[in-house]
Amino acid sequence: MATAKNGAGRFDKMAMSPKEYQVYAKEKEPPRSILGNCLKAFLVGGSICLVGQAVTELFMHLMNMTPEQASNPTVAVMILLSVILTSLGVYDKLAQFAGAGSAVPVTGFANSMCSAALEHRSEGLVLGVGGNMFKLAGAVIVYGTVAAFFVGIAHLILGTGGQ
Amino acid sequence: MIFLWAFLVGGAICVLGQLMFDVLKLTPAHTMATLVVIGAIVDGLDLYEPLIKFAGAGATVPITSFGNALVHGALTELHSQGWIGVISGIFKVTSAGISAAIIFSFLAALVIRPKG
Repeated sequence: MATAKNGAGRFDKMAMSPKEYQVYAKEKEPPRSILGNCLKAFLVGGSICLVGQAVTELFMHLMNMTPEQASNPTVAVMILLSVILTSLGVYDKLAQFAGAGSAVPVTGFANSMCSAALEHRSEGLVLGVGGNMFKLAGAVIVYGTVAAFFVGIAHLILGTGGQ
Repeated sequence: MIFLWAFLVGGAICVLGQLMFDVLKLTPAHTMATLVVIGAIVDGLDLYEPLIKFAGAGATVPITSFGNALVHGALTELHSQGWIGVISGIFKVTSAGISAAIIFSFLAALVIRPKG
């Protein structure tokens, strides 16, 4: 009898209103430093762009491409690197550290497609891989395409003839 | 010198994305979609090309360049083919990026055994 009462008392202490609990949970939350996150994003994102620049220079010097010509193969190489790193599980570890630093470069776009493809592989090649690959990347493509359409229409109406 | 600017500009665009994560509390999908739209608008104002000249991969590697490339294809085709170019040109320049991402991801899914 006494122990039951003790037990109840223990739970009484834990009883908090949802509001109190939220305040309590917020106190226990690890502090998320926005400045620190930005610094990590800056360093990692900048480094990925540095790799991209090195690849561009390689194409320009070894294959005598202009910077415009080199940009397409550079993007393809960056995507290949990202897919390899994603397959090895390295990119997702990097993403946990770097936040937007690894998400914003085109490698993050490829990472979202590749990890969706790998994740849904068990649901089959058509419904799983084919159907889920664009789960996150789809938003980027849809909004980019619609925005490009409206920018194109604006240029058409303003009669710039696409410069 | 272009390496330094590539690092600084590329890093700065990523910080912009991080601020959208942390301050505006946007999801990754919202952040990426917003950055792509920003890239499209900046190229519509004819300002993205100078940034690429200045920062190289610092401007072409972040996802904003995807929006830039979509608009660039549309405007180039608008120039050469007339109004229909707005529709037919959008994916002209981005083909490499999208195709590469689809093909490599598919091949990875074929080869890699999913973990866990």
